[in-house]
Amino acid sequence: MATKRTIEVELSTTGLDREGRPQRVPLMADGGGTAVAYEAPPALEPDLGGEHMLINIGPQHPATHGVLRLVLELDGETVVRCIPHIGYLHCGFEKIGEYRQYNQIIPWTDREDYLNCIGNNIAFSLGAERLFGIEITPRCTVLRVIAMELSRIASHLVWMGTTGIDIGAYTPFLWSFQERENIYNLLEGWFGARLTTSGSRVGGMAADIPEKWLEGLQGFIRTFPKTLDECDRMLTKNGIWVGRTIGLGVMSPEEAMNYGLSGPMIRASGVAYDVRRDFPYLDYETYDFDVPVGNQGDVYDRYLVRMEEMRQSIRILEQAVKRLPDGPVNVDDPRLILPPKHKATSEMESMIHHFKNVMEGPRPPIGETYVAVEAPKGEKGYYFVSDGTSKPARWRIRPPSFVNLSAIPRMVEGHLLSDVIAINASIDIVMGEIDR
Amino acid sequence: MTAPFTIYQPEGEQPATPKQVPHRGGAANPSAAAIAAKFPGAVVRSHVMWGETTCVVERAKLHDIVQWLRDDAAQCYEYLSDVTAVEYRDLAQPIEVVWHLRSIKHRRFIRLKVELAKTAALEVPSIVDLYTGADWLERECFDMFGIKFAGHPDLRRILLWEQFQEGHPLRKDFPLRGRLSRSQQLTNALSANPEARYSMEELSIADAFEELPLDMRARLKGDSRTGE
Repeated sequence: MATKRTIEVELSTTGLDREGRPQRVPLMADGGGTAVAYEAPPALEPDLGGEHMLINIGPQHPATHGVLRLVLELDGETVVRCIPHIGYLHCGFEKIGEYRQYNQIIPWTDREDYLNCIGNNIAFSLGAERLFGIEITPRCTVLRVIAMELSRIASHLVWMGTTGIDIGAYTPFLWSFQERENIYNLLEGWFGARLTTSGSRVGGMAADIPEKWLEGLQGFIRTFPKTLDECDRMLTKNGIWVGRTIGLGVMSPEEAMNYGLSGPMIRASGVAYDVRRDFPYLDYETYDFDVPVGNQGDVYDRYLVRMEEMRQSIRILEQAVKRLPDGPVNVDDPRLILPPKHKATSEMESMIHHFKNVMEGPRPPIGETYVAVEAPKGEKGYYFVSDGTSKPARWRIRPPSFVNLSAIPRMVEGHLLSDVIAINASIDIVMGEIDR
Repeated sequence: MTAPFTIYQPEGEQPATPKQVPHRGGAANPSAAAIAAKFPGAVVRSHVMWGETTCVVERAKLHDIVQWLRDDAAQCYEYLSDVTAVEYRDLAQPIEVVWHLRSIKHRRFIRLKVELAKTAALEVPSIVDLYTGADWLERECFDMFGIKFAGHPDLRRILLWEQFQEGHPLRKDFPLRGRLSRSQQLTNALSANPEARYSMEELSIADAFEELPLDMRARLKGDSRTGE
């Protein structure tokens, strides 16, 4: 962590060379016009003698990414103390879950981390399936990997776009939301819904992929890296971007571990903790992908890690498309899976089966389980306690943003007020998940 | 220019997705036996369910056990995943406080539990001094269940507001729609003093406490801050 970091910066401006091609002019140049390296400014020491000011940001502020409220104690422009307030979006998902059957909870999981809806659905189903003691089919496993990686890319794209706006880069926002549109079109073709997909069920998926859907996915896999490279060229060596992210909100590996950070936050700090690799699910250990690990733990590293994760997700998608097997999507278990509609309306036994399954709900054995997945924000865990009835006695969400956000008082300490916005953006919070 | 980030190179045997996990039984986490050997009498019982090892431990020994699990080189449970509590529909059953710990180095997962009888005070030791990440998780557990974490530096409500008087919503005796009617809730919300949005800590920073009305000063100062 002690090593000083220098990034060589460059930025295209609207200059044209003699042949009419746009030329790259470095933002920071010496007298001869050559690019110079940017170094992180020394950390500011708060002047404790001065008069302190209390400033309130949020809960209705566009840069807090939701209804987050931060009360900052300022010494001049330097943050001395930060007191976050959350709970403005609290609606008691966990309490409501105790009054719903397992499949009826899935629409609620859409609404917690609403940038990763299908990922939450699948994580919930994985937990419930462990509780029921069933194994999903090979086709369903691969389809779920595809859905989860698409959703990871969509979530990271929102992060990149909105963080760009916070820091002053508008174009990547437009490009990333254009690509997100492609992902939502794919999800719409599969589940019939764009944002709140409710796409998985305990024991399978709501639907198999439609015909020619994979061609659309392959088109996305082909075109998306180009957009990503454009954003990379736009930001990674951009003098403004580097200057506003480097050296901010540094968390050492020990601190990151102690604070319980997860996802890109802990990996940017140099701890290679990825649930997909360390506690695998959905056969992730059979896919060939890399886990990028930052070495400084600042906002810039979190950006680099997320960019690389999108590339790795594309790699996983390519492999998943190749290995997608034929076969049924849902398990062959009458406890959980409803009979086909045409049978339920024509055969007495199927109708009774349908009625019992919907009205009474499947009952898992008495037990408890904690199943975690690598959501875009970090380790997302679902903890179920079943008392043998069709509704969970306790349904707990382990929200990664909640734990990541709890480190913000530590991260903004000693930084400038304007840097609070960049640090807060780098956590990638979703208030729906934090407040639940 | 050096690479901006490194690619993690995993060593040794890689874990695989668990398959055909049995309901009860199966391979137990060796840490469970190690706890029982290190702290005789502290483990009430331990079992394996769906491949996850659970240790129900004595409340008085919890802090020592967690500290040992974190610091011992053979255990290395450096990552706290979650702190939560469970109340069963059978109200005679004790409330359980649950800790989920991970050892990233050894790729192990263990669940610690403390059972709290409802007849006595709901209080467990806080582990904020060991894991800073437990701060908000314990506050949420207090907010939702009313369990006190002894030794927590700032145990106050987190998701609900500080003046919330209806109790702790995830308890089974709390009705799904709350204790007050919709109209009563609306009346309370409209009559609330907007200054109450600031916490005592913030008011003391701003030297604004003395400017508040007397009744609010009394409420903020008293124990009603924690809703008790």
